[in-house]
Amino acid sequence: MPATLGSPLPTIGILLCAWLAIGLLGAFWPARDGGTRVLFPSGALIGFGLAVTAIHALTVLPPDAPGWRLVLPLGLPNLPTHLALDALSAVYLAVLGGVAAGVSLYGAGYFRAPLALPTGSPPGLLCAQYHLFLASMGFVLLAADAYAFLVSWELMALSSYFLVVTDHRVEAIREAGYLYLVMAHVGALAILLAFAVLGAAAGAYSFEALRAAHFPPGVAGAAFVLGLIGFGGKAGLVPLHVWLPEAHPAAPSPVSALMSGVMLKMAVYGMLRLCFDLISGLAWWWGLIAVGIGLFSALYGIVFAAAQTDMKRLLAYSSIENLGIVFAALGLAMVFQGAGMPLAAALALLAVLYHSVNHAFMKSLLFLGTGSVLHATGQRSLGRLGGLIHRMPWVAWLTLVGALAIAGLPPLNGFVSEWLLLQAFLYSHEVPRAFVNMALPLGAGLVALVTALSGYVMVKFFGVVFLGRSREAGQGAVHDAAPVERIGLVWLATACVLLGLLPAQVVGLLERVAQQLRVGSLPDNGAPWWMLAPISGRQASYAPLVFLAAFVVFVLLTIGAVRLIRRTRAVRVAPWDGGFGPLDARMQDTAEGFGQPIRQLFEPFFAMRRQLPSPFDTAPTYRVTIGDRFWDLLYLPLAGLLRRSSSLLVGLQGTRLSAHLLYGFVTLVVLLGLVL
Amino acid sequence: MSPLEGCSQILAVVAALVAAPLFLGWVNQCRAWLQNRSAPSVLQIYRGLRKLFHKDLLVAQGASPLFGAAPYVVFGTMAVAAAIIPSMSTRLPFAATADAIALVGLFATSRVFLSLAAMDLGTPFGTMGARRDMMVGFLAEPALLMVIFVASLLSATTALPQISERLMTQSLTLSPSLAFTAVAFTMVLLAENARLPIDNPASHLELTMIHEAMLLEYSGRHLALMEWAAALKLFNYACVGFALFLPWGAATGTAGPLALLAAIPVLVVKLMLAGVALAAIETVSAKLRVFRAPEFLATAFLFAVLGLLVHVLLGG
Repeated sequence: MPATLGSPLPTIGILLCAWLAIGLLGAFWPARDGGTRVLFPSGALIGFGLAVTAIHALTVLPPDAPGWRLVLPLGLPNLPTHLALDALSAVYLAVLGGVAAGVSLYGAGYFRAPLALPTGSPPGLLCAQYHLFLASMGFVLLAADAYAFLVSWELMALSSYFLVVTDHRVEAIREAGYLYLVMAHVGALAILLAFAVLGAAAGAYSFEALRAAHFPPGVAGAAFVLGLIGFGGKAGLVPLHVWLPEAHPAAPSPVSALMSGVMLKMAVYGMLRLCFDLISGLAWWWGLIAVGIGLFSALYGIVFAAAQTDMKRLLAYSSIENLGIVFAALGLAMVFQGAGMPLAAALALLAVLYHSVNHAFMKSLLFLGTGSVLHATGQRSLGRLGGLIHRMPWVAWLTLVGALAIAGLPPLNGFVSEWLLLQAFLYSHEVPRAFVNMALPLGAGLVALVTALSGYVMVKFFGVVFLGRSREAGQGAVHDAAPVERIGLVWLATACVLLGLLPAQVVGLLERVAQQLRVGSLPDNGAPWWMLAPISGRQASYAPLVFLAAFVVFVLLTIGAVRLIRRTRAVRVAPWDGGFGPLDARMQDTAEGFGQPIRQLFEPFFAMRRQLPSPFDTAPTYRVTIGDRFWDLLYLPLAGLLRRSSSLLVGLQGTRLSAHLLYGFVTLVVLLGLVL
Repeated sequence: MSPLEGCSQILAVVAALVAAPLFLGWVNQCRAWLQNRSAPSVLQIYRGLRKLFHKDLLVAQGASPLFGAAPYVVFGTMAVAAAIIPSMSTRLPFAATADAIALVGLFATSRVFLSLAAMDLGTPFGTMGARRDMMVGFLAEPALLMVIFVASLLSATTALPQISERLMTQSLTLSPSLAFTAVAFTMVLLAENARLPIDNPASHLELTMIHEAMLLEYSGRHLALMEWAAALKLFNYACVGFALFLPWGAATGTAGPLALLAAIPVLVVKLMLAGVALAAIETVSAKLRVFRAPEFLATAFLFAVLGLLVHVLLGG
């Protein structure tokens, strides 16, 4: 379909350019506040418009049409920019717009407060970087040739780097930013090579040409591995995850929300585009690698999340877990597709898409919740928080929605994608390969373990931050979120609830992606609108709206019946102290206490250093630090190797001019020798 | 929905609400007999509930609304769960709204709310109990899910009534994979319902209790609802076990109202036998240290995995 009058592609392009314009306006805003009060809400409006346009495009796009295309005469000579909009990019554009709407509204309140930026970038610059980041993610999704894709990808990485180092006068944050920059470029290099391998085999770099080409298995496999390194590194898959728990907490909370919520999804998008759209002839067993790495990352991420004492690091590790699950589902879809099981492949692909959408909303909600806590108390450490549900009820209750959702509890949205993934795993014993059909179903057990652990982590997170008593005195000035911030939080929480309650509608939209990628489609079984029954009603069905209604009716009846027996008001008394005198806040369980069973159970995962007091210490201290084994096993040796090899080269770098002239001469002679 | 289906649906919920305290009373009675104690009446749980419902409600200072809401949420989830478990009839119209995976999710929801409520006051016992209960929970949940997974593989569906019907129509030969998973399920049942050897329902010793520690701050009608919900949970687990491993006797799709009536005494017999078995297990086992619980539950998970492997190896 060419770009005709009905094409939503120009509209989306204009909306993305409007984000850029807002960024420019912010950079040159005359007032000192950088126009935060006006510009961020208008950015939110654009995000909303983007989400609506993308969803509309998804509904009107015929299932077998390739999508809308547009060629712009921009860029290098003879290398025009290709843009395209199909079902896959529309889904992720809707996520980008929907999450950006909530986060920008919240940001209007968050970035306005002066104490947010005592050491950081001026608000106008921040506004420019923020909107450039949003627009570049949009262009990543629209790009339809490798060149445009990589330029947008790099813009996204750089703008997010500058956002991460907003508080650039803090040394730890500069270090985190540097690590992020290095890892982002290692990943970008791998993606560049992946496209180079494909492009060399196909002879062209536009996605259309790559799609039409047929690749030999070696080329396809190499591109897959490079893509997995590049996109997997961006998604925080183990062992390329080390930047994530450093960079995400360092950024201001709305930026963390966008990075965890949306930017990681760009990696999922890229992987889907690569594996299901561009590379043809990919052997099925590559999917097994993705399943394995994904499941391991999921377990690794959630185990580390359980041991964290910093709330933003905890959420960052939980992102590793969620992206691990997404990649495991992606690998499962590849295996099923290769095994010729279209229904199961479609289910797994739906789990990928649904979990991407879910995680985008719930993780943004949680990060914004921690942003409010950080603003109100100035604390990120779980050991100093507590009891905030009394001081900031809006933030607490909305964060609870996000926490329950990410713990995979019905009737919220996290459960739906988990359910879809488990339904897909139920087909895994039919894969016609010995051993694979035995090993794959065990993945379902691992998924269940990870989900149950994420419930544990969320109870720890919510319970320690918001429940109990305040662990630190001097939180007198704690205030709830500002009204505009509340609107942003309510928007994201509503999305979580609706995505949970209307799964059949969401799956109906997402299914178009599976059809467009020719993965498979679900049978039309005439299930009513309120029921999700992807295969058939008798085989598996889930209707959250109905059972929520039944639950509410039953609870109301119970309340009525209980009141009928005896009507008394509650009498307030002191909590029971076990007969040992008054309780104080330090008697509560701590975040470390909550992490202790996990540290004990999963000890091999951690590089733990314990410092125990001797019996004769007058001032005994106990210290335990938890490190990531991959630093010791992989990164530090690698860094050491680099340093040693560069120190060898330092010897060549003399101070005398004649030596350098000699090097130049020798190089010239060698090159001439090669040419002749 | 035919009138018969409506009847069996209402019967499932009402029977669960009524029979759950009786079942718990029966287990307690059997335990007392096996331990040479004089047994309390089978109605003792009812008496306790009646007393609690008529008492004043004491709420600790500093409790948030979450604390008061949790008993209703926990009780409500358990009642909704009872509506989707085919204890007497597999013709449950409501069961289509949530399959076996959703049932596991419902149990998890009630556990999370209970733990959050226990952390609400910031008392040492409450938070400790919450932590331990969540630990047992995250270990038991995968095992339970694997059990359901095996049953779903055997019957090619995750809807509990359909699983039950498929297994009922099989011949009476014992499927080896089901035998392994039945052991796993029993272990999960003990752990999830705070029974020995993971937790001692009769103990209020500070250092060992898990479930009771979370209820310490509750009183009056809140406590009554929590206790009733705990009884319902045990009843639900027992009925899930019957649906997966002993489905015979429940009224199926084609049966008339008489079959539904006949299913009631069958369920009573099953429950009585299960109560005796539960009491016997609890009498012969000693409580494990908290940190032995993971080993216990890992064994349960391994049994479920063995069931799965046996199923795949033998080709169903």
